[in-house]
Amino acid sequence: MVLTELPYSQGVCAFYRWSNLVVTHPVLVSLFPVFKQHQGTGRRRMKALMVKKSRIVAFFVIIALLGGIISQTVMNTAKGINLGLDLQGGFEILYEVNPAEDGAEITEETLQSTVSALNQRVNVLGVSEPNISIEGEDRIRVQLAGVEDQQTARELLATEADLSFRDVDDNERLSGEDLEENGASVGFDQSNQPVVTVTLRDGNAFGEVTEDIINDYSPPNNRLVIWLDYEKGDSFVEESQQEEPKYLSAPTVNQPLYHKNIQIEGNFELEEAEFLAEVLNSGSLPVELEEIYSNAVGASLGEDAMEKTIFAGFIGIGLILAYMMVYYRFMGVVAAITLSAYIYIVLTIFNWMEGVLTLPGIAALILGVGMAVDANIITYERIKEEIRSGRSIMSAFKSGSRRSLSTILDANITTILAAGVLFYYGTSSVQGFAVMLIVSILTSFLTAVYGSRLLLGLWVKSRIFNKKPRVFGVKESEINEL
Amino acid sequence: MNFKTNKRVRFVKHRKKFFLFSLVFTLAGIILLSTAGLNLGIDFESGSKVEVLANETLTEEEVYEQFAEAGSGYEPDDVTLAGDNNEMAYASFIGTLDQAEIAEIQNYFVDQYDNEPSVSTVSPQVGQELAKNALISVLIASIGIIIYVSIRFQFLYGVASIVALLHDAFFIIVVFSIVQFEVNVPFIAAVLTIVGYSINDTIVTFDRIRENMNEKEEIRTFDDLAEVVDVSLNQTLTRSINTVLTVVFAAVCIFLLGGEAIRSFSFALVIGLIAGTYSSLFLASQLWLVWKWKSLEREKNKPKKEDPEDLEPEV
Repeated sequence: MVLTELPYSQGVCAFYRWSNLVVTHPVLVSLFPVFKQHQGTGRRRMKALMVKKSRIVAFFVIIALLGGIISQTVMNTAKGINLGLDLQGGFEILYEVNPAEDGAEITEETLQSTVSALNQRVNVLGVSEPNISIEGEDRIRVQLAGVEDQQTARELLATEADLSFRDVDDNERLSGEDLEENGASVGFDQSNQPVVTVTLRDGNAFGEVTEDIINDYSPPNNRLVIWLDYEKGDSFVEESQQEEPKYLSAPTVNQPLYHKNIQIEGNFELEEAEFLAEVLNSGSLPVELEEIYSNAVGASLGEDAMEKTIFAGFIGIGLILAYMMVYYRFMGVVAAITLSAYIYIVLTIFNWMEGVLTLPGIAALILGVGMAVDANIITYERIKEEIRSGRSIMSAFKSGSRRSLSTILDANITTILAAGVLFYYGTSSVQGFAVMLIVSILTSFLTAVYGSRLLLGLWVKSRIFNKKPRVFGVKESEINEL
Repeated sequence: MNFKTNKRVRFVKHRKKFFLFSLVFTLAGIILLSTAGLNLGIDFESGSKVEVLANETLTEEEVYEQFAEAGSGYEPDDVTLAGDNNEMAYASFIGTLDQAEIAEIQNYFVDQYDNEPSVSTVSPQVGQELAKNALISVLIASIGIIIYVSIRFQFLYGVASIVALLHDAFFIIVVFSIVQFEVNVPFIAAVLTIVGYSINDTIVTFDRIRENMNEKEEIRTFDDLAEVVDVSLNQTLTRSINTVLTVVFAAVCIFLLGGEAIRSFSFALVIGLIAGTYSSLFLASQLWLVWKWKSLEREKNKPKKEDPEDLEPEV
């Protein structure tokens, strides 16, 4: 076996250092110097047979910390998770992107720009967290959770990108068609500020427009306002008062520009500049969106059913924890702690990845709980076996942890391999399943293997359980004397 | 589990019965699937979608009732409410409605709500593609698993674990054909979950067989090899049972207490978990035993040319 056990004492020490950095709680801080002392003297007395209380104290400090962090943040984490279409209900459209002109090709770039344009439009609708994704080589899936009105959603998405350049009185001066295809990109000016460079089809037309604006308007009204999907009644004067104006940008024109290549300056953040460039490109997109599928999705779990299911999930997890504690006694308690940490960490990571939770995602989470429990069970059964074969508690713990690691590792790697293939070849909800599964397995490996070892190790190494196999669910009569 | 032989469950002794059972089940399953088939939901079947606009708030029950009143045999597969006050409803029918049926439905709702519902056909393209991709992914994953297991264990372990995996997935599908629950996208997720569980379970069992094979000094007879498998299965039995029990707890809770929509999904999970445990104990290990013995015999009968170390399992 190539794998070696993580040097145990190192793991524990590292944790102390880490805790010292993050702990600000006065009571806990005051506890730490105590333990460090004990740890130091404890090491010198390694061979002494007395119970080392410091490790037990460390165990409770870790539990208190964990409990504190989880109880403080779990509500926010749970609320922050985006529910998928199947859980929340909404509207879904799958488009096939076709080139507007025969012979033209759909590239990755065109798809990206189309997604940006759709995103911009969905934002107008006020949908929170639209999910717009590229599928395959020429498809875009738009999922609008919470949108029930098919008509509005379809109209909004299906209108061709309508890019226009208007003066401050909203008269159209130029349109998206005047831009060179894929001619917008992000550059930097002399002071390293991001700018958007645009290539026009006809430099003269732009020159005339800019000349008119300079002649007709005086600063600060000498602007050429860029709109996406301008609607009758929209007004620059009104929108400029808004915090989030509907127009994209309102660059000022300082001189007539008889050029094909122009530069839009502004106090852009890099991201803003990239976004504007993408939208300008999509405004001149030579694509047609053909709807190949649309579906109003009812929440398969309505609010009521969702609550029921969450309740059922809690009961299920409660039963698992209770079973573990009854069967594995003290080790079961450790398993219960690491499992709680596991669920919390998975949800946090998922939140942080801005993942969308769907029913298949919940399935993966359940499988993850199963695998985390399994890792615990495999380790504990090994430890019990080693105790039965007559080893001391300490050595049974060490060899049980070491020998179970390769089993768990092989089982986990095989499952991750399968999940990776599902992610690579699957579509939409199959991918969601795979992502959740990979996150779950990695987390469960961390909590069920290392978390369990750390916590259990603190007790075992305190020597409080020496000669007490019953704590581990092993009867004295079962032990084979060597 | 205890090492004492008298307490041991004799798995290997009954292996032929398990093979026979699985064979009969598989054949019955194939016949069942080709005759009764699956109860495919709107995700996988083409059909019609009727968009009803009412001038009042609708409930799902009302919509079902209205369709029943409109004419006999109109039972939507799925009803979705929409609009600010739920005054819209989308009713999906499996199978395309013909002109006469459309006219009958439209006339009824014009009388009811003074509004002609629009009828469109829906294609199951997306659902079918999802299922197709899932199937292809599982097959590709199987090859990947065989390669990984061949490197870490041995080729035969890999093949046996894939047989178990496909068995479990097939088992759920057959059970769904028997009970005729609706097959929808969450069902696919449940099958994938079981695929993951099955692999995990089988590998853990094989890991112990591999370990015991290393400790065993010499294997002369079939019984020697069978002994290794039996001991290994018994050593991992407690773990197998405890693990499946805990996951079944969660699945059964969701089945009993969760919402209606998730019921067939959790049912598939429970069935698959049982199949997964059965296949790692009674199928995968026994298959490996039979195949391994054959390959050992083949090696023995060969003239002694190759390095005899090849007989030893790799680690």
